[in-house]
Amino acid sequence: MSAAAHSVVEPSTTSKRVAATLVIVYAVVSMIPLFWIFATSFKTPPDSIAYPPKIVFTPSIEGYCNLFTTRTRQTAEYINALPPATSFCDETTRKRNMVIAGPSNFLPRFLNSIVIAFGSTFLAVFLGTLAAYGFSRFKVPLADDLLFFILSTRFMPPIAVAIPIYLMYREIGLSDTALGMILLYTAVNVSLAVWLLKGFIDEIPREYEEAAMIDGYTRLQAFWRVVLPQATTGIAATAIFCLIFAWNEYAFAALLTSGTAQTAPPFIPTIIGEGGQDWPAVAAGTTIFLVPILVFTILLRKQLLRGITFGAVRK
Amino acid sequence: MQDLTGRRPVVTDTHPSLLDRTMEAAARATPEPLATTVRGLSDRMVAWIFIAPTILLLLAINIFPLIWTIRLSFTNYRANRPNEAVKDIGLSNYARILTDSDTWMAMQTTAHFVLWTIVLQTLIGFTLAYLIDRKFRGHAVWTTIILVPMMLSPAVVGNFWRFLYEPQIGLFAYIVSFFTGIPPTEILMLSNVTLAPWAIVIVDTWMWTPYVMLICLAGLRSIPDYIYEAAEVDRASNWRQFWSITLPMALPFIMLAVLFRGIENFKMFDMVNLLTGGGPGSTTEVASITLKREAFEKWRTGFSSAFAIILFVAVFGLANIYVKVLNRVKSR
Amino acid sequence: MKSALKVTLGMAAALAATTAMTGVSQAEDLTLCWAAWDPANALVELSKDFTAQTGIGMKFEFVPWTNYADRFLNELNSKGKLCDLIIGDSQWIGGSAENGHYVKLNDFFDKEGIKMSDFVDATVVGYSQWPKNTPNYWALPAMGDVVGWTYRKDWFTKPELQKEFKEKYGWDLDAPKTFEQLKQVAEFFQNREIDGKKVYGASIYTERGSEGVTMGVMDVLYSFGFKYENPDKPYEMEGFVNSDKSVKGLEFYKALYDCCTPPGASNSYMGEGVDAFKSGQVAMHMNFAFTWPGLQKDEAVGGDKVGFFANPAGPDGEQFAQLGGQGISVVSYSDKQESALKYIKWFADKDVQAKWWSLGGFSCLKAVVEDPKFPDSQPYAKTFLDSMAIVKDFWAEPSYASLLQASQKRFHDYVVAGQGTAKEALDGLVKDWTEVFEDDGKM
Repeated sequence: MSAAAHSVVEPSTTSKRVAATLVIVYAVVSMIPLFWIFATSFKTPPDSIAYPPKIVFTPSIEGYCNLFTTRTRQTAEYINALPPATSFCDETTRKRNMVIAGPSNFLPRFLNSIVIAFGSTFLAVFLGTLAAYGFSRFKVPLADDLLFFILSTRFMPPIAVAIPIYLMYREIGLSDTALGMILLYTAVNVSLAVWLLKGFIDEIPREYEEAAMIDGYTRLQAFWRVVLPQATTGIAATAIFCLIFAWNEYAFAALLTSGTAQTAPPFIPTIIGEGGQDWPAVAAGTTIFLVPILVFTILLRKQLLRGITFGAVRK
Repeated sequence: MQDLTGRRPVVTDTHPSLLDRTMEAAARATPEPLATTVRGLSDRMVAWIFIAPTILLLLAINIFPLIWTIRLSFTNYRANRPNEAVKDIGLSNYARILTDSDTWMAMQTTAHFVLWTIVLQTLIGFTLAYLIDRKFRGHAVWTTIILVPMMLSPAVVGNFWRFLYEPQIGLFAYIVSFFTGIPPTEILMLSNVTLAPWAIVIVDTWMWTPYVMLICLAGLRSIPDYIYEAAEVDRASNWRQFWSITLPMALPFIMLAVLFRGIENFKMFDMVNLLTGGGPGSTTEVASITLKREAFEKWRTGFSSAFAIILFVAVFGLANIYVKVLNRVKSR
Repeated sequence: MKSALKVTLGMAAALAATTAMTGVSQAEDLTLCWAAWDPANALVELSKDFTAQTGIGMKFEFVPWTNYADRFLNELNSKGKLCDLIIGDSQWIGGSAENGHYVKLNDFFDKEGIKMSDFVDATVVGYSQWPKNTPNYWALPAMGDVVGWTYRKDWFTKPELQKEFKEKYGWDLDAPKTFEQLKQVAEFFQNREIDGKKVYGASIYTERGSEGVTMGVMDVLYSFGFKYENPDKPYEMEGFVNSDKSVKGLEFYKALYDCCTPPGASNSYMGEGVDAFKSGQVAMHMNFAFTWPGLQKDEAVGGDKVGFFANPAGPDGEQFAQLGGQGISVVSYSDKQESALKYIKWFADKDVQAKWWSLGGFSCLKAVVEDPKFPDSQPYAKTFLDSMAIVKDFWAEPSYASLLQASQKRFHDYVVAGQGTAKEALDGLVKDWTEVFEDDGKM
C-alpha cells in the first residue's frame, strides 16, 4: 500500500484528538467503581460509610484484618483482663471493644476457588484438546451436530442446569464436594475449550503431522510431538479463559456448595460486620479476588476476542 | 501427558537426540501392553478415543440431567420431601406456568432488561469501537483498560455496586447529586420502583459494553482499506461512507454481539440476585430469579423443572440462530 | 510456551495442595452451623471452654440471615455433611423433623437427665417440639429471641423536644405503649435535625429476599388482631388472615414505612437496622433482642443513650411479638453424632448457660432467666422477659418456606413497591397459602 493511498483512510489529527479524549473519558469513568473497591478496602469502617464519601483518607488495613477474622464485642473489663495484643489486627480490634474470636472462612474459600478453578481448567483443556484434535483431523460422523450440541450446553441457564445436578449429586454424594464442582465446571468449560482449540488446531498445517508419520511416528506420537507444541499458545489462552469462567462462577457455587467446597464468589457477599455488610472487609476480599483476573486480562488481551466469541472472530 | 506438555519447549525437530529421549520417557510412562495396542490404533479409533471422553462427560453432566428434568417436569416432585409419593400430573405444571401471571411478569421483566441492555451496550459499544478505530496514539492501552470490567465476576462486583448505590454514603448517588443537585438521599437506585430496573441495566452496561465494543472493533477492522479508498475516489462524504460501507460491513459482527448479549442476559442471575434480589417488590425479578425461588426456596422441583424446560427451549432457539450467525461471520 | 508450562505447573501444585489440605482437616472437629450475628461470635468465645474440657475442636459455619435459610435448608436437603450441629430457625422444625434432617433427642435427654421443663415453655414449644405441644423433641432451646424495640433515650429526654412533643400530641414523650403512639413518635422525629444531623423516625424490617418484611409485618399484625387460622378449624384462613383488623394492621405498616423510615430503607433487615441505629440515623429501631447486647455496649449509641421497649399494643389492646430464636440440633447426616451430643450436653449445663447469657447470648434456661437477679442483670433483661411472655410465631409447617415466599412477595409488593391495597395483598395471601396447603393435602 502506498503512503499516499494510506493517508486517504488515515483519520485526521482533529478527529483523532476528539476520539482519544472521548475514549479516555470513558475508560476513566468505567474505572471509578474498581478504584472505589480498592480505596474502600483501605478505609476504616467509619470512613467507609462517611458522608460525603471520603476520597482522601488515612489508609488502614482494618478491612483486611476483618476479612480474615471473626470478632466478638466484649466489655472493656473483659478486654482489659486479656493478655496484651500481639498484632496490629488484635490491637485495632480491641480499640473497637472487640476481641478476635478466630479466623474467618475467607482463606479456605479462597483456596477452594483456586483448587476448583485450576482443577476444572486442567480437565477441560485436557479433554478439549483431545476432542478438538479429533474434530479437526478426522471425519467424525455428525460432526456439525456434535459440535453444535457441545456449544449449546454453554447456553443453558445455570439455574435450570442446577436443579437436576443438585438431585444427581445428592444421590451420588457429590454435593458440596470439590470433585463435584470440578466435574461441573469442566462440563461447562469443555465446550469453550473444544471450539477454541479446534480453531487453533485447524490453523496448524496437516502436512507437519503427515511428514512426521512418514518418518515413522504413529498418529499419537505425531499428536504429542508435532501438534501439541504448535498449539501451546492456543492451549494457554484457552486455559486462561476456562480459568476465568471457573473463577468467576457464582450460580452453581451458590446452589451446590454450602461450606466444604464453597468458592469465594458466593462467600464474599456474605461477609458482614456487626450490622450489615462490613464494606471495607468486602472490598478487601473483592480486591484480593480480582487481582489474578486483572493480571490474566492483561496477559490475554490479544486472544480476548477469540475467546469471548468461541473462536468466531479471530483478529 | 502433563509431564510431556511441561517438557515440550525443549523438544524440536532440530534436536533429534532430545526428541528420542523424550520418546523413551513417554514409552516408559505408558504401560507396555497399552503402548503396543496404542501403536496399532487406526485413525478412526484415535478419533473416537479423543472425542469420547468429552461426549461422555457432557452426557453425564448435561444430557442425563436434562432428561431427568424433563421427566420431573410432569410430576409434583419436591426435592425437600423425600418421603412423599411422587405423582404424575401430566402437563399441569406447564399449564400452570403458562397461565401464571407471576411467571409472565418475570418474562416481561427479563425482556425489558434484555432489550435495554442490548440497546445501550450496542450504541455505546459501537461508538467506542468507532472512536478507537481512529487509531489515536495509545489506543491499545486504553482499549485494554476498557476491557477490564467484563472479565470480573458479576457476582462479586455486582455485590459491591450495592454499596455504590447506597443513597447517602454511596458514591453513585453522590456523583449524580453533584451534577444534578438532587439531594443524595432522594437517589434511591435500589429502593425506588422506577429506578431499580435501571440500576441493574446500568451495572450490566458498565460490565458488558466493552464486550460489544471489542466485537464491533473486530468488525470495523475487517473492512478492507481499499473500499474506503474507492469511496474517496468517488468523493463520497464521511457520512455516506459510514452508512453505506462501515455500518453494513460491521453489521454481522454487531449482530453477533447482540445475540450473545441477548442469550447471556436472558439467563441473567448472579448480578441481579446480589444487587436487588428481584426487589423492590417484584420489579426486577427476572426469570432466573423466579426459577431459583421456585426450585431452591419453595422446593417445587416438578414445577420448576417445567419452567426450566420452557427456558431451555427459548435459549436453545436463540442459540440456534446464534450458531447460524456465527457461521456466517466465520465464512467471511 | 512458557506460560503453558507455568499454567500446568500451577495446576499440578494446586491439585497437590488439595490432597494435602483434605489430609490435614481433623477427623474429630465438630462443625456448628448458625447465622452470622453477634450471638454466634459469642458462642465461638463460649465454645473455647468446650474444647478445653473435651479436646474436641470446634469449627463454625456462619451465614448472614439473608442467606441463612436458603443455604442451610439447601444443605440439609442435599443430605450434606457440612454441619454436625445446627442451630436452625424455629420455623424449620416441622420440615426437619418430618424429613429426617434432625436426630430426635428424646432418648438422649432421658439418658442424660436433661429436662425440657427446665427451659422456658414458649421456647420449648417454639424451638424444640414437632408436632407442636407434643413431647417430641428435635432440638435443645439455645437462643431465646423476640422482636422488640430500642430507642434513643438521650433524644427522648431532651427537654426542648419533650416540651414540643407534649404540645403537639398531648402526652409525655416516652417509649410508646401502643402502635398509634409509636407512629406519632416516629413522625415527630422524622426529618428532624438533632445535633446537626438529619434523623428519621424508625427503622423497620423491609427485606425482600429471605424473611425480613414478613417478620416485621407479622410483628405488627398480631397486635392488630391477625390470626393465622380459625382456632376451631385448622387451616381455615378466610376471615382470619384477611380480617378487617389485619387489613388495618398492614395499612399501618405501610403508613409507617412511607412516613417514618430512612430513605432507601427498602430492603433492610437485622443488619441494616443495627447500622441505621448505630449510625444515629433513627430514633427507634425494630429488631430482634439479640441486637441489644451489642447496642448496649456500643461506644456511640450504647450505655445511657439507648432504651428498650417491648412490642407495643394494637388498637384493641392486644399485645404480641414475633418470636425469633433457635434450638440446637444434631444433623442426622453427620458422622460425628456422638461428639455432637456431647456438645449439647455441655451446652445444657447451668453454668455454661449462665456464661452464655453474660457473653451476650440469650439463655432459655429457667434457672438463668428466672433468677431474681436476672431482670437487673442487664438494662434490656426485663424487656426481654416481658417480650418473651407475649410471643407468637410464623407457620412452622414443613411447607413453611413456600408460605414465607408468598408472604414476602405479597407484603413487599404492597408495603415497599406500593402495588394494590392491603386488602388485596391479604386476600392474595389467603389464596397463596390455601394453594400451598392444598398441594400438601392438608385442606
